[in-house]
Parts: sequence; C-alpha cells; structure tokens
Amino acid sequence: MVSRLGFLGVIARVFVWAFLLGLAVVVLYPLLWMVLNGFKTNAELFGDPFALPVDWSFDNYRKAWNRGVSDYLTTSVLVTVTSTAATVFVSAWAAYGLTRVDIPFNKTITALILGGLMLAPTVALVPLVKMFQAMGLYNSFWALLILYTAFRIPFTTFLIRAYMIDLPREVDEAAEMDGAGRWTAFWRITLPMCKPIITSTVLLHILFTWNEYLFAMVFTSGSGVQTLPVGLTSLMSKHGTEFPVVFAGMVIAAVPVVLLFFFGQRYIVRGLADGIGK
Amino acid sequence: MPVRAIVRRTLGLGWVVPALVLVGVFVYLPLAQNLGFSTLEWDIYSGSQEFVGLDNYSRLLDDPVFWSSFGNNLLYAVISIVFQVFGALVLAALVESVRSERWRRGLRAIYFLPSAISLTVAGLLFYFIYEPNLGPLNHLLRAVGLEQFTQAWLGQEGTAMLAVIAMSQWQGFGYSVLLFSVAIQRIPAEIHGAAAIDGVGPIGRFVHVTLPLVREMTGLMAIVTISGAFQVFNEVMVMTGGGPNNSTQVLGTWLYRSGFVRNNFGYAAAIATVLFVITLGVAMAQLWVTRRRRVEW
Repeated sequence: MVSRLGFLGVIARVFVWAFLLGLAVVVLYPLLWMVLNGFKTNAELFGDPFALPVDWSFDNYRKAWNRGVSDYLTTSVLVTVTSTAATVFVSAWAAYGLTRVDIPFNKTITALILGGLMLAPTVALVPLVKMFQAMGLYNSFWALLILYTAFRIPFTTFLIRAYMIDLPREVDEAAEMDGAGRWTAFWRITLPMCKPIITSTVLLHILFTWNEYLFAMVFTSGSGVQTLPVGLTSLMSKHGTEFPVVFAGMVIAAVPVVLLFFFGQRYIVRGLADGIGK
Repeated sequence: MPVRAIVRRTLGLGWVVPALVLVGVFVYLPLAQNLGFSTLEWDIYSGSQEFVGLDNYSRLLDDPVFWSSFGNNLLYAVISIVFQVFGALVLAALVESVRSERWRRGLRAIYFLPSAISLTVAGLLFYFIYEPNLGPLNHLLRAVGLEQFTQAWLGQEGTAMLAVIAMSQWQGFGYSVLLFSVAIQRIPAEIHGAAAIDGVGPIGRFVHVTLPLVREMTGLMAIVTISGAFQVFNEVMVMTGGGPNNSTQVLGTWLYRSGFVRNNFGYAAAIATVLFVITLGVAMAQLWVTRRRRVEW
C-alpha cells in the first residue's frame, strides 16, 4: 500500500477498529453469557444477568448429562459418523463414475444428482413421513441416517466432482494400464488425490448433521433416538424453570462444533466457497 | 457396438447407482408424491382420503395465516439481504482492509462462530436474552435509562417476528462475511495497488474495484439468502413456535402445524407445493448467475 495516512485517515482507522471490535463483542458476549449461565444457580440466573457465577460448580453439567444429554450426544455422534461415511463414500463413487468412467447417459445422471441441490427438504416432508411409516422406520435411527445421506449427496457430489474434473487423468489411466482394476484405481489413486476436498466435505457434513433440526424433530420422538438439537428443546420443556441445566446442555451441544471449526477452518472455508458456485 | 463394450459401459453405472437410488427415492419421489397429496382431503389418524382437486389451494388463498406467513418469509428475505448481503459485503471489505493477517483471520473466525453452533442453540440462547425478567436485553435498556423500551420481545405480536429475525442476522452474518472475504481475496492485489497509485481513496476503491469484481458472489449470496429465508423453520420453532397468535408463522412452520398438529396433510402438501415453486425459482436464478461468464481480469 502506498497511501500515506493523514489525520482523517487515522480517524477513519480508529472508527473502523472500534466498529469491528464492537461487533466482535456483540458476537462473543451472548456466547460467553451462555457458558457462564451453565455455572450459575437458578437464583443467580434470575438476579443480575451480568454477574459472574458465585461458585464454579459443574453441577448443572452433571445434571444435564444425566437428564438425557448423554443419550442425545450418543445419538448425535452415531448419526453424524454413519451418515458422514455413507454420504462421502456414495458421493465420491458417483463423482468418480461421472468424471472417470465411460457410462451411458452421463449428462442426464449428472443433472439428476446435482439437481437435488435445488430441492428444499421441507417440500418433501409430508410424503417422507408417510413413506417412513410404511417402511416401519419412522422414529428410528435409520430414518435420520437415510435422510441425512440422501439429502446431502447432491451437494457433496457437486464438490467432489468439481475437484476430480481438475485432477490429471494420466495417473489413474497409468494405473489401469498396469492392470489395476477401476476399483483399485479409485481407492489407491483417485481418492487419496482428493484428500483436501474429502476433508472439506466431511467437515461440512458433520456441521450439517450435528445441527440439523427439521428432520430430527419430525422423524424422532423418543429420547433413545433424539439428536442434540431436538433433545435440547425437550430438556427445556421437561425441566421447566431449571434454566442453568438447559444452558449447560447448550454448551455441551455447541463445544464439539466450535472445536471442529477452529481446527478445520481452512477446509470448511474452502468447501463453503467452492460450494456456493465454483 | 460390440456386446462386450455395451456390457462394460452398463456395468460402469454401478458407480452412480447408489447415489441415484438414494436421491431418486428420498428426494425426487416424495416431491412428486407431494403434488398428488395436495389434491387430497386427508386425515392421517382415521386414514380417510378423499380427492378434492384444487380445493386445498383455493383454501390456501383464503387463509390469512398463509398470507401472513408468506409476508414473514418475505420480511425475513428483505432484512437478510440488507444485513447478510450488503452489510456483510461492506464488513468483509473492512475486515480485509486490516493490515495484520492474524487479526483478519481472528475477526473472520469470531464472526463465523454463531454459524457453527446450531440454530437451536442460538435460538434458545436468544429466547433467554429476550426473556423479560432474566434476559440481559431488558436489563441493559434499564441500565442505560431506556426503561420505556423494555418489553416481552417474543411475547407480543409487534416485536416477536423482528426479534426472531434479529437473532438470525446475529447467527448468519459471519457466514456471509467469510464468503465475501474469499471473493475479495481473489481480487489480484495489483488492481488495488494500481488504483491507490492513481490516487483513488479507500471508499473509491471499494466502489470502483471491489464491488464490480465481487458482483458474482454478491448475486449468489443474495440468491442463497432469499432461498434460506423461505426455508426458515428451526429458529421460529425453538423461539416462538409460531406464536403469539400465529404472528411469527412462516411457511415452513405453518406447513408443519397444518399437517402434524391440525392433522390436515393435504393442506400441508399444498403449502409445500408453494414452497417448492418459490425455492425452485430461486435455484433457477442461481443456475443462471453461475452459468454467466464471470468477470475477466
């Protein structure tokens, strides 16, 4: 930069900084307030909302954990892990088929799979409920696994396909010349080359599944199959006015994804940026 | 073509069949079924189904809550465009004007934090922030002498919808800032440098360099934001459940309530069709934007 800061420039910079930092406070304070409330007693919560907890006890966390949060967390982890694996593998196969294998109706199939991106889950809600009731999968772990996988395949395939198109073809062609089958070439060569985008899609899928509410709320009701977002609302309605326990539950639900974001920021940003329109 | 080659090509379909089947059965099929369901008078408990043609749609037109829900989605879209598209673009430019790389990264990460936590957590959190007795918002107003503005933010028709939308801006703006930052970073540094040498100030550079060069991202963000505004569900369910007096119903929650609480699946399916038309229209616009040639540099 060549510009020299005059007096006005300095004033402008001060304002910009004050604004940016002020906004950071507006973002962070509610989150901090949430964490602090998880340590308060009910009486403290209804007292001065800006006060710090008197005694930093993990009681509320223990209570939240024992009143269902451990179940919700287990379900969330299970659904997240299985649907992430299912979505990413099925999407990577599809992307490989569409970019590396000579298949009939390639254009039509690409349009069909990626076209799913345009459809809102809400629109399919009523028929899906009917369908899962008929299959006997309503209110089960399977309903969430299937729905999270099916509805995220278009987006995930879109990202992996766009990445695979840009990869050099010579490498996997060479592998096939060496007598390795397609299957081997996919696992040994193409998939490892796609590691950056696979990481992005894995992280984005985890964020999505962990936070998803519409399907989780409509398709599950018992505490054995509820994920955290729905479980938190049950915790809220079941335990009436013991709000600090609810805050503790919220913190437990938020911490894993916040950590995930901090450690995988680079990949998440890349996935989001490519996903919106490469 | 020799038979062996045909067999080989067909076998290649194995790669895409799992994806096709899952998307076909669970995404496309229900969509088609929904159209059929919307022509039924359908009581899910008794199981009685009766063909009523377009009755559900004409009832929709006479339903004041349908229209107020639609209006709320529209309000959501307009406010989100202001804050999460234009506001976020200006904000991203300000963040990117910070010299220190570490601060830029830190600010982007802080702003994005609310987008990483779920809408459920964010919604519950703001339910408490707006809470008239223990909520810090009213306490803050009292502390600065604005006692007359304290109120039950989510409890009255006049403020509830705006309070929910405000939460959503808090939750979502960092996501837009992040994406606009990526777009701004892709602008070659020489262009800004050249403009600066020519004596163009920072505001002039924003208007004449940044704005035109992130036009495509701006278009895409606007489209994604509008589409999201019509799919709102989670935050409304968590914060108000559509109340008070249906004043915060949006199409998604009204669909849910019509079908699953008021037990009228045909009517819910008709609302779904309206949502389908809107979101598909918006998605077509997105396709059109991405297909156009981007700005060359």
